[in-house]
Amino acid sequence: MAERPLSPHLQIWKWGPHMLVSILHRITGDGLALAGLGILLWWLGALVSGPEAYASFSGWVWADLGTLSWGGAAIIVSLIKIVLKLVIIGLSWSFFTHMCSGLRHFVLDIGAGYELDLNRVWSIASPIIAILLTAGFWALLIYR
Amino acid sequence: MGNGTSIGRVRGLGPAHEGAHHWLLQRFTAVGNLLLVLWFVVSLLLLPDLGYGAVRSWLSQPVPAIAMVLLIISTFWHARLGLQVLAEDYVHTPGNKFAVLLLLNLAAIGGGAFGVFCIVRLALGAA
Repeated sequence: MAERPLSPHLQIWKWGPHMLVSILHRITGDGLALAGLGILLWWLGALVSGPEAYASFSGWVWADLGTLSWGGAAIIVSLIKIVLKLVIIGLSWSFFTHMCSGLRHFVLDIGAGYELDLNRVWSIASPIIAILLTAGFWALLIYR
Repeated sequence: MGNGTSIGRVRGLGPAHEGAHHWLLQRFTAVGNLLLVLWFVVSLLLLPDLGYGAVRSWLSQPVPAIAMVLLIISTFWHARLGLQVLAEDYVHTPGNKFAVLLLLNLAAIGGGAFGVFCIVRLALGAA
């Protein structure tokens, strides 16, 4: 690191919603890039490989929880399947969160929304809207 | 950015030593992602189910296949740009940073090529 005075970092600032929405944007974006695109390619590869490969993909990422086995070494497989299910739900939340904070960034990019009160309102609103959109997506998907 | 004074030579340069082009591409691909991933989300909701038959016959059609190819290009490009910023912020050693950016480019271009190939194969009925 540079041997010069550095600007104050995380530990000196009081946390506010604008800091939360900023770090959420980075975490969800990197999560979508690393896990989301990987699973997207897995899905496309399985789709083009045929019904058995697609069934295998579905069985891993969206396992029927009732059929999971909890005896012996199968516990590890079952745990991985539960984690993958949480990853899928997390990716849907990540997309809507990254989309909402990304739309907020577009507004900030044109130079608007920097007034303290307004900035605070949208910093709080964008992750909340994202959770509502995620819930709406899953409700539509399950009850269509 | 000027070159007269010492502050003028560095003003506007972040840790990456360039930026406006990257910044603009991040926005262009962000708009692409917004349109294409929303199309993808709505398409998933409109499918009768997410089983093999329904998904395959949907994605084999020309318009969904083209949109999916564009989605792959836009998201992988956007991800490459975003992960580059992550590396530039947290990997400070020049050699390591170079290696991370090298791997990132290989992974993003290779992954994107695989995705596009899958869709083309699906849509043109070779598989």
